[in-house]
Amino acid sequence: MSKLQREVNEIIGNLKLIWKEPLLLISIIAIFYFLLVFVAFPIFQVFKNSIFINKQLDFSNYLAIFSKRYYFQPFFNSMILGISTATVGTVVGFIFAYALTRTPIPFKNFFRVIATFPIISPPFVVALAAILLFGRSGVLAPYLSQIIGKYSIYGLGGLIIVETIAYSPTAFLTLFGILQAVDPALEEASMDLGASRAKVFSSITLPLTTPGIASAWLLVFIQSMADFGNPMVISGNYRVLSVQAFLQITGMYDLPRGSTLAILLLVPTLIAFFIQKYWVSRKSYVTVTGKPTGATIKRLEWYIKAPVYFCCVFFAAMVFLFYGMIIYGSFQTLWGVNSTLTLRNYIQTFQVGKDYLMDSLTLSTIATPITGVFGMFLAFLIIRKKFIGRGVMEFVSMLTFAVPGTVVGIGYILAFNVKSNLFPVVLTGTAWIIITLLIFRNMPVGIRSGIAALQQIDPSIEEASTDLGADSATTFRKITLPMIAPAFFSGLAYSFVKAMTAISAVIFVVSGKWNLITIAVLGFVDNARYAQAAAMSMILISIVLIALGIIQLVVNRIGKGTRSISLVG
Amino acid sequence: MKQDYLVLENLVKIFESGKNALVAVDSVNVKVKEGELVTLLGPSGCGKTTTLRMIAGFEIPTSGKIFIDGKEVSMIPPNQRPTTMVFQNYALFPHMTVFENIAYGLKVRKETSMNVKEKTEKIINLVGLEGLNKRSPAHLSGGQQQRVSLARSLIMEPKVLLLDEPLSNLDAKLRISTRLEIRKLQQRIGITSVYVTHDQEEAMTLSDRVVIMNEGKIQQIGTPQEIYAYPNNYFVADFIGKANFLPGKVIKVLSSKKVEIEVKGCKFAIALYNKTFKAGEEILLLIRPEAVDLLPKKPQSIAGIIQQIIYLGSHLVYEIKVDDCIVTVEISNPLSQKSYSAGEEVSLCLKEESLHILPYEEIKK
Repeated sequence: MSKLQREVNEIIGNLKLIWKEPLLLISIIAIFYFLLVFVAFPIFQVFKNSIFINKQLDFSNYLAIFSKRYYFQPFFNSMILGISTATVGTVVGFIFAYALTRTPIPFKNFFRVIATFPIISPPFVVALAAILLFGRSGVLAPYLSQIIGKYSIYGLGGLIIVETIAYSPTAFLTLFGILQAVDPALEEASMDLGASRAKVFSSITLPLTTPGIASAWLLVFIQSMADFGNPMVISGNYRVLSVQAFLQITGMYDLPRGSTLAILLLVPTLIAFFIQKYWVSRKSYVTVTGKPTGATIKRLEWYIKAPVYFCCVFFAAMVFLFYGMIIYGSFQTLWGVNSTLTLRNYIQTFQVGKDYLMDSLTLSTIATPITGVFGMFLAFLIIRKKFIGRGVMEFVSMLTFAVPGTVVGIGYILAFNVKSNLFPVVLTGTAWIIITLLIFRNMPVGIRSGIAALQQIDPSIEEASTDLGADSATTFRKITLPMIAPAFFSGLAYSFVKAMTAISAVIFVVSGKWNLITIAVLGFVDNARYAQAAAMSMILISIVLIALGIIQLVVNRIGKGTRSISLVG
Repeated sequence: MKQDYLVLENLVKIFESGKNALVAVDSVNVKVKEGELVTLLGPSGCGKTTTLRMIAGFEIPTSGKIFIDGKEVSMIPPNQRPTTMVFQNYALFPHMTVFENIAYGLKVRKETSMNVKEKTEKIINLVGLEGLNKRSPAHLSGGQQQRVSLARSLIMEPKVLLLDEPLSNLDAKLRISTRLEIRKLQQRIGITSVYVTHDQEEAMTLSDRVVIMNEGKIQQIGTPQEIYAYPNNYFVADFIGKANFLPGKVIKVLSSKKVEIEVKGCKFAIALYNKTFKAGEEILLLIRPEAVDLLPKKPQSIAGIIQQIIYLGSHLVYEIKVDDCIVTVEISNPLSQKSYSAGEEVSLCLKEESLHILPYEEIKK
């Protein structure tokens, strides 16, 4: 029997097994359809729109872009911004991760919260704070200009500062996991064999974490390239791709050119994503299991502690300063003119923004559980089931993570403002286009937490259920789901936060009927009504915090019943 | 009693990993009688667990067929097969109590709650888990978890019970008592069982018949007595119990059941078992350590120098260098025998009726 024959037999065998479980078969087909329509199709539409003019293959869009500085400058600007932010953000993230895993820094939990806090805030809030602090009538602007002379917060410098605060948490989380998983015994062994601190760091710690550092760098790079909110607020004359694509479409109604810019944005992020996923992560020496390694003696010399501590304290102070500024700003009567403290902004924004707020809450509340269940089910299929196209399913579902929101948003307009053979309903203008966008944008996080949770559960537990007569659906409902419940709920929390704070993609699909609070905030910023924008951001952050608190309570309660997971799995 | 209750016919499983294909199970043929307990025994990676998982339905055979009670099941998914499995790590559902774990299969099968309760109580008594109904698996000892796992499988009244190294997570003492319990329970219920283990002692004490596997292939199928006394080949002889091998040659075929051999200049008449040898053929003489007596050195015998003496209370072990081979000899009841000291030359007196010959093979050290 040849190899090909054997493989064919294997495939046929697996097919036959799936055939006997119609429910599983139907769900797999349905998921493929959804992924095709809501993930692949929109991206394909953007691509098609950039190379077809009047149904003719035509590269004039690309030629135009590469011949005019006005068009190709944003590409280089975005790249410079992405590379700078990724570098600075990774350094900050590494210092924090190192401090928390390898030094006896006091108030560890405090620093951990600070290092991750920007993740839960809407992306442009940091930029807003930067304007309040260092803008033309910023609180600290007079002092700063005395020190460094004339400057402008609008532009590359401001963007790097703002995005570093916003995205270094991503680097921190990646590196924290990796550093925690590197057994301190290795470092102790190195020292025991006579290596100095510096030698330990350069010969053990750094090489072991290099893949993690590369990973973190690429992830921050992707986020920075895709960022829309911050550049929209603070980029000034420094044009970047995401904002330019948006302006082409909403300002000049030039969909083909907007699509072309979007493709230029897509290519580097996709390349970064592939390098991260298929190359860097395979080079890893440590597997992040979530189980921290044993504690170690952390006696360190002052010349290591001092700079590390200083960086942590400095960054923490920045985070406090920026978010504190949002709070302070939200109580000002009229920003830059009248700084009497007042509650009026809250009352006003609540009156004006009530509808936006309700829309955001409604749509997020609908999208979140669907995202969660869908993500967990996909994780289950990817990790535990054998079927043709499993690799494709994983790939496509993860794709949305790497594709910048701007590209997805443009894709959704192109894909769903007319009926197509694939999807015979027009979604544009409805609540559903926002909901599906939120679902498929935020799903990768759910899938990843699901995969992580499933990998820690011994597959024989599910096999035991099948063995006792349960089909896949029953096994998933009665065995898998309860065991991955904690991961499920943290996935939910994250999806909710992301849905409430989404902006880059949804800005293309909101309508008069259905709008979102983030876009309302952006509107206030645009009109220089910073106090109101700050107040509304505060309301948004509070809601997110309350929701996180509630979900945490639920997880704790469920966690009590299933603490045995770690013991058995 | 049905003779061919579980039949594995030419079972093959090949795992493809990139360019390499690993033949995990190679043309396995086994017939298990109704009510019989058959053990698949072999070193790790010999294909025994893969075979078991194919019977359960977790792996699809690359080729070959599986029949249970006359019906082909090769392509039936695991949840519809009349088999249940006791997993190596028990695979208890961590979020369910003992009772819920055991009742799970019946509930999935949608039996009435009256029935479920009754059967579950009964099986809980049978395996001796009274009073632990409401415990969570995490709060049970290893032995108790093992019994929950067994009860959970037995309650389904499967046609074939599959056990995947069920004792490997227990400590040594508990393992011995539990394997006796399992054997008694299996005989009382009369359930057809396939048991996977790498522990030869476990296999010997538990099984009606043992299937010895190596590198995906069956080496021998037989009762524990057969595989110990009359191994098919060097691998089986070496894997089961302790064994000494001395190379030799067949010099004369005495009858269809007896040959004369020569080893180290001495001649022996050896009874044959299911195998024939030709005159002049090279062979390995299998000498179990208990089949030798030691005598002071005399001419015309297999002689050697004592290298090491190990005192184990109930018996004494001598390691004796015979030319370039080391022969291990076990003397039971050492106090009643003459003792020797290291460096002394002795003659080995082989008990002819306990000797067995194998086709010649290079001896691996």
